[in-house]
Amino acid sequence: MKVTYYPGCTLEGTDRDYADSIRGVCTALAIDLEELPDWNCCGATAAHSVDHQASIALAGRNLKLAARVPNADMVVPCPLCFNRLKAAVVALQEEASLKKETRPDAPLPTIWDLANFLATEAILKKIEAGLRKPLEGLQVVCYYGCQASRPPKVTGAGDWENPQSLDRIVKTLGGRPIPWPLKTDCCGASLMISRPDMGYRMVGLLYEMAQRVGAQALVISCPMCKDNLDMYQEKIEAEWARPLGLPVFYFTELIGLACGLRGVKDWLSRHFKDPRPLLRELGLLAE
Amino acid sequence: MQPSALIPDFSFLEKVEAAGPFHAGQCFQCRKCTNGCPASFAMDLYPDQVIRLTLLGQKEEVLRSRTIWVCASCETCSTRCPNGIRIAELMDHLKELAVEEGVWIAQPNILALHQSFLDNVRKNGRVFEGRFLLTYLWRSGQLMEKMKDGSWRNEANLAWGLFQKKRLSLFPRSIRGKKEVRAMIRPIKKTGA
Repeated sequence: MKVTYYPGCTLEGTDRDYADSIRGVCTALAIDLEELPDWNCCGATAAHSVDHQASIALAGRNLKLAARVPNADMVVPCPLCFNRLKAAVVALQEEASLKKETRPDAPLPTIWDLANFLATEAILKKIEAGLRKPLEGLQVVCYYGCQASRPPKVTGAGDWENPQSLDRIVKTLGGRPIPWPLKTDCCGASLMISRPDMGYRMVGLLYEMAQRVGAQALVISCPMCKDNLDMYQEKIEAEWARPLGLPVFYFTELIGLACGLRGVKDWLSRHFKDPRPLLRELGLLAE
Repeated sequence: MQPSALIPDFSFLEKVEAAGPFHAGQCFQCRKCTNGCPASFAMDLYPDQVIRLTLLGQKEEVLRSRTIWVCASCETCSTRCPNGIRIAELMDHLKELAVEEGVWIAQPNILALHQSFLDNVRKNGRVFEGRFLLTYLWRSGQLMEKMKDGSWRNEANLAWGLFQKKRLSLFPRSIRGKKEVRAMIRPIKKTGA
């Protein structure tokens, strides 16, 4: 199966480990990722915050490029990019004042949040068929963050208060997704840089609830949530003077682990909060 | 808020809605937005108050508020509003208006981060994280501070950690359509802070 792939800037930088795990998993699932030619930044939070027109134009250029590729589907791993592309689709329908040049000249592919795409029935069956080492004993909370779900008028999500894609994937892999109430609460996003005090408090609530429900780790799909929860955990532990010890997994890493994919050891070695001791303890990773 | 001194000006709502519509006029003050807001702890006005003051035309008060900047764009308010008010999008519009009108900005670092990001995209069409963060530290005046108090080491350690994990880009990636992209983004205007 061939699909168009919009990686987004962060997958070329800080979250290259995510990009590698996506490539690994999609190759194993016979999903051929065709990178959108000459794609540009989606505009992210910055554009929609202070330059509305740019936010539509930037995402709109990507849509225009995507319409020229003959694939029926486009997958987007970063929920923020996904949200911005979908928001531009809505704006192009609703804002009559937008310039003709911004409009795609051919029908658009279906735009998918990658986790939702990989959690469709057909692909879950494929994953199940490829299972080598079910993640028995691994208890996690699935954390979705905001952008793949909200606002549902933009994302098209039907389960925005209690999304299930990551839970379904973890269950398929043999792990246990613990139900918890903060699935779609905000991690603080870029406030982690501009207002670290706010960011620490917001991820702090997530850590506390994850621990309260007995999670050993968090599973996420959003690179920004991942960085906020993983990169600063040590600093927050120091500030709070108590260990948190909550590794943060990309859901693709867990697919790789359970399906015994090549490369998984490398992906797992690139976290800030090292997840390998936990996996070894559970017998899910060889020494 | 001093109700006794408040003189309503309904033209502000009209102007704001013309840029939307955000449907702010539909608000019946149920406060569902405020109750679900994960950033309300850092706000000087609650989201429902921003809507109310917008309806009453209290432009200065909303544009100079901290609230419009610390809003994390999580979209919980817009999603849950029973009247379909696009609250998070209205917050965005108020930020843009605040910059456009050159009013005093309550959270200059947050604006500096957005501007540094867009500056960066204007250069290459994609974000180059290293330069983006350095621009931000410089623009927000934190670079000198960090050099003086030694806290630059925190950033350097993070960068070193990323490098060791093969997660640090050393060079920007450019795209063929970067001129096209540059024309899409408004150049940054100096704001009176």
